[in-house]
Amino acid sequence: MTATMKPAATAKLPAGAAGYKITIPVRARYDNWIGGEYVEPVHGKYFTNPTPITGQPLCEVARSTHEDVDKALDAAHAAAMSWNHTSPAFRANILNRIADRLEQNLEAIALIETLDNGKPIRETINADLPLAVDHFRYFAGALRAQEGGISEIDEDTVAYHFHEPLGVVGQIIPWNFPLLMAVWKLAPALAAGNCVVLKPAEQTPVSIMAFMELIADILPSGVVNVVQGFGVEAGKPLASSPRIAKIAFTGETTTGRLIMQYAAENLIPVTLELGGKSPNIFFADVMEADDDFFDKALEGFAMFALNQGEVCTCPSRALVQESIYDRFMERAVARTKAIVEGSPLDAKTMIGAQASNDQLEKILSYIDIGKKEGAKVLTGGARRVHPGELKDGYYVQPTILEGHNRMRIFQEEIFGPVVSVTKFKNQDDALAIANDTLYGLGAGLWSRDVNTCYRMGRAIKAGRVWTNCYHLYPAHAAFGGYKQSGMGRENHKMMLDHYQQTKNMLVSYNPKKMGFF
Amino acid sequence: MLVTEPAAAVLRALEAEHGPLLFHQSGGCCDGSSPMCYPRAEFRIGARDVLLGDIDGTPFYIGALQYEVWEHTQLIIDVVPGRGGGFSLEAPLGVRFLTRSRMFDPVEQAWLAACPPHRGPAA
Repeated sequence: MTATMKPAATAKLPAGAAGYKITIPVRARYDNWIGGEYVEPVHGKYFTNPTPITGQPLCEVARSTHEDVDKALDAAHAAAMSWNHTSPAFRANILNRIADRLEQNLEAIALIETLDNGKPIRETINADLPLAVDHFRYFAGALRAQEGGISEIDEDTVAYHFHEPLGVVGQIIPWNFPLLMAVWKLAPALAAGNCVVLKPAEQTPVSIMAFMELIADILPSGVVNVVQGFGVEAGKPLASSPRIAKIAFTGETTTGRLIMQYAAENLIPVTLELGGKSPNIFFADVMEADDDFFDKALEGFAMFALNQGEVCTCPSRALVQESIYDRFMERAVARTKAIVEGSPLDAKTMIGAQASNDQLEKILSYIDIGKKEGAKVLTGGARRVHPGELKDGYYVQPTILEGHNRMRIFQEEIFGPVVSVTKFKNQDDALAIANDTLYGLGAGLWSRDVNTCYRMGRAIKAGRVWTNCYHLYPAHAAFGGYKQSGMGRENHKMMLDHYQQTKNMLVSYNPKKMGFF
Repeated sequence: MLVTEPAAAVLRALEAEHGPLLFHQSGGCCDGSSPMCYPRAEFRIGARDVLLGDIDGTPFYIGALQYEVWEHTQLIIDVVPGRGGGFSLEAPLGVRFLTRSRMFDPVEQAWLAACPPHRGPAA
């Protein structure tokens, strides 16, 4: 193995990065992280990673191939010999120390995440990073509290159920919350006693590397290995490897199918989170008073712009009751127009850059098809070109389109700051529209009537129904999809099950033979 | 199916390197709503997948449920500078296939309704 010293050169950052507390550098070049150190890719190739903030190159990143994946798997299997057998208390302590270290360097990692992904720094500082920190603490606690089971079959026979790790698992991470989504997968996998080979999205490769560097002295070598590169060159060899015991993926449906296909060849389990087209439903009674609750509902509407709409649960279909539609939309449009656009590095900015140029192009193509289908643009509807060094960044105006639910803009995840709005007459109508989708990941409900909330919440076919709130992602609340949105529930102790085997020891304490032979 | 000349050129280059290919239109989050391009034998076409047509001989499929909400639009496959996109073959070239769309007019829709598409793997 060719180990390299940590590269000394640091990346040139956009001007707005000055002023943040940089406790860990952004390097000019990133190798893979294998066996607890940086390792050059076998073929020595790198790709250029731009920052969406300016569209300019930020750093170079290893362009790995199957040989690198094999090296990472070698390191993971070597580490698994001991890590798989560590005690829950040992692993929980490590997870807690990781959480502390991340918290101590929160601002620096938040800055890196913003540089790499383009999301506003106020979100990385106040949401992505605190949630990641808490996630490690949650799984540290969940692991300590986890119990196996003892079943008394009869007075001489006992079934013991033990949790055992799967061994070495593969994880493929999306680019919308690069570090947080990695942590959602890493924390339960590590808590359960597995070693990991992780492939970050090639759009956002940096924050996980800074994280690995940061915790290098805490986590034993080889327990987590990161292989950078393109999906077809590095992701596929990982997903199709017979040396992983499970594959976890967050992304879209066609790749989800391909990953299941590879898993089928190796007969290994899969967890998938494949997105949605989440309805956000506003009943007439939200406007009964112009109070804090209504103000919160309007914020709930504007949540489509959180993270530039690059959220699998983006509330991208707003359903508003007919009797309040005009009055509600007047306020909702005003609220949307108040969203502060600008440099993601400015703490006041509410909406930053889309994560990549092709994402920008895709969003614009959807706004185009929406207009062709007859949707009316209530606000936004175009690229935003900011002046100065941001001029080549990937920005889109927060956009509201008005139409009906059979339009493609109501049926496909645009993954941008675009909400499609329509009306409904009554509860049945709202439910029919809400469930008229291929997906079922998230949904939002807004009403002052607890019965409306309860009945609707139970009837909507989605894994998470935010009720009088939206876009909260606390650990300890299960997150996952119905229908084509995938399988598995992250963010909850039940995810431990997805990373564990159940060992049953069926023990007889009766010395007498059974009597068959 | 329509294709822009730059997209056709990328497709030809990929074909020269990887042999026969296919497209499958993705849905869902992240790189969803984008066409995925694979070696033809790589992706298992299911019995209900809909064959929308071909691009210079490369078949283009979409999932059955997604077809129901897309069938009124014609897809135009383009290519833009980009990064990533699942396991799609063009990503290492620094480009990404992109699905643009136009609405079929009533005459075209009537014709399409009379000529249901092929479903499942090519015979």
